[in-house]
Amino acid sequence: MQEFLQQMVNGLSLGAIYALIALGYTMVYGIIMLINFAHGDIMMVGAYIGFFAVAVLGTNIFVAMALAMVTCAVLGVVIEKVAYKPLRNSTRIAALITAIGVSLFLEYTTIFFLTPNQRVYPAEAFPVTNYHVMGLTLSSKDIFVFVSAVVLMIILQYIIKRTKTGKAMRAVSLDKEAAMLMGINVDKTISITFAIGSALAAAAGVMMGIYYNSINPLMGIIPGLKAFVAAVLGGIGIVPGAMVGGFVMGILETLVSGYGSSLYRDAVAFGVLIIILLIKPTGLFGKNTGEKV
Amino acid sequence: MLEVQEIDVYYGAIHALKKLSISVEEGSIVTLIGANGAGKTTTLKTISGLLRPRSGSIKFKNQELTNVPPEKIVGLGICHVPEGRRVFPSMTVMENLEMGAYLRKDKKQIAKDLETVFARFPRLKERQKQLAGTLSGGEQQMLAIGRALMANPQLLLMDEPSMGLAPLLVKEIFEIIKDINARGTTILLVEQNANMALSIADKAYVIETGEIVLQGTAQELMNSEQVKKAYLGG
Repeated sequence: MQEFLQQMVNGLSLGAIYALIALGYTMVYGIIMLINFAHGDIMMVGAYIGFFAVAVLGTNIFVAMALAMVTCAVLGVVIEKVAYKPLRNSTRIAALITAIGVSLFLEYTTIFFLTPNQRVYPAEAFPVTNYHVMGLTLSSKDIFVFVSAVVLMIILQYIIKRTKTGKAMRAVSLDKEAAMLMGINVDKTISITFAIGSALAAAAGVMMGIYYNSINPLMGIIPGLKAFVAAVLGGIGIVPGAMVGGFVMGILETLVSGYGSSLYRDAVAFGVLIIILLIKPTGLFGKNTGEKV
Repeated sequence: MLEVQEIDVYYGAIHALKKLSISVEEGSIVTLIGANGAGKTTTLKTISGLLRPRSGSIKFKNQELTNVPPEKIVGLGICHVPEGRRVFPSMTVMENLEMGAYLRKDKKQIAKDLETVFARFPRLKERQKQLAGTLSGGEQQMLAIGRALMANPQLLLMDEPSMGLAPLLVKEIFEIIKDINARGTTILLVEQNANMALSIADKAYVIETGEIVLQGTAQELMNSEQVKKAYLGG
């Protein structure tokens, strides 16, 4: 039991990271029906910016995270404007292929400039202490990752539910034409969605760096895919679904690593995807509505 | 107030509106009647900027609209209640109304207009926390109208407000349109229900396959043999 609880605790911080990435996938899908396969790579860029902020500029981890979030927000908006916007009225498969192209572009540009080598996240970025509570070991980095992810998710929920911008985002995702008739600037709203999603991915990237201690230019691929599975599990396009899906995936992964073999953890993640697609393709929170006509 | 002059609109290769001209005078109710597919909705969508004419001009208070983006056109005082209501289904009634006032900054006046909308549609007030998708068809139509009024429009474009509603509700909706007009909002109304539309309009146009084939005062058209035969059921 103790062991099980410990695994759950470990899974919570990993799940929080997946949830943050999954949110970007789901928000972008909700608003322009695109699976942004470059999303995991935006997270990678965020991890690097956080790395350089700490290692070169010597900032503390919070400043590093903020810097990564702002830079990636801009990066996300630029990617949308340059790569996706011109394809908005073309087929969805065209945009999807473009997203894969953007993904490869980010990965190999990073390799070109920064070499494909691993970089160790600077230890001074986050001093690790372990706390023992009721027989469980809580590491300060797990606590940091979990708490900051939850804070970001609460802020996001506030933006979406309460602010005018958030309501406009929901309106655009429900009915673009009707939103335009309200005077909502659809292009601007889509940009804001990319900015927010990419900023969350950047935060997740910095957390990844702290969590795994090392980063590399291809680090975004597998967590990106797992977060995508998390978004589908929760119901793609549904914000609370992405959060729940992220936590489920994180906990599942640590349980598989803890009790089975860590060799199987990726297989289990994609097994989950196959099972959802077979049983409930709309995801846990999805309604069976079909495509809008 | 609104001058549409000889606009040509295409959907790909289909010539949807052919040199169509209409004018709407300030304070009036103008109706555009015609069969399904004649181009009524296309006309409204072109005025509100969702579609662009290939040629011709649309002037609102002497300002050219054909190159103004739709969200700016709303800001100029034209609000479009689209066909099929198009409320935001998974947002609450209140949030839908807030979206109507999206461009406005005058909080006090918005609160006042909200009160006016609630006074006009008490059902919306009762259901303000309910999701718009759970409302009945008539309530959704009221919400769509209320949402448009929250923009405080000078010109209201209404596309088939009676569609899919029970006869009693249709009557109520037309009473509401008359009342909105009486309080100073100009209305361009598109309808298949020609009888009802002509009964409240000042001026009317008949559209067939993208062209205006008849125009005149509502009274004139109501007495026209051609209109009686084609649109008023003999």
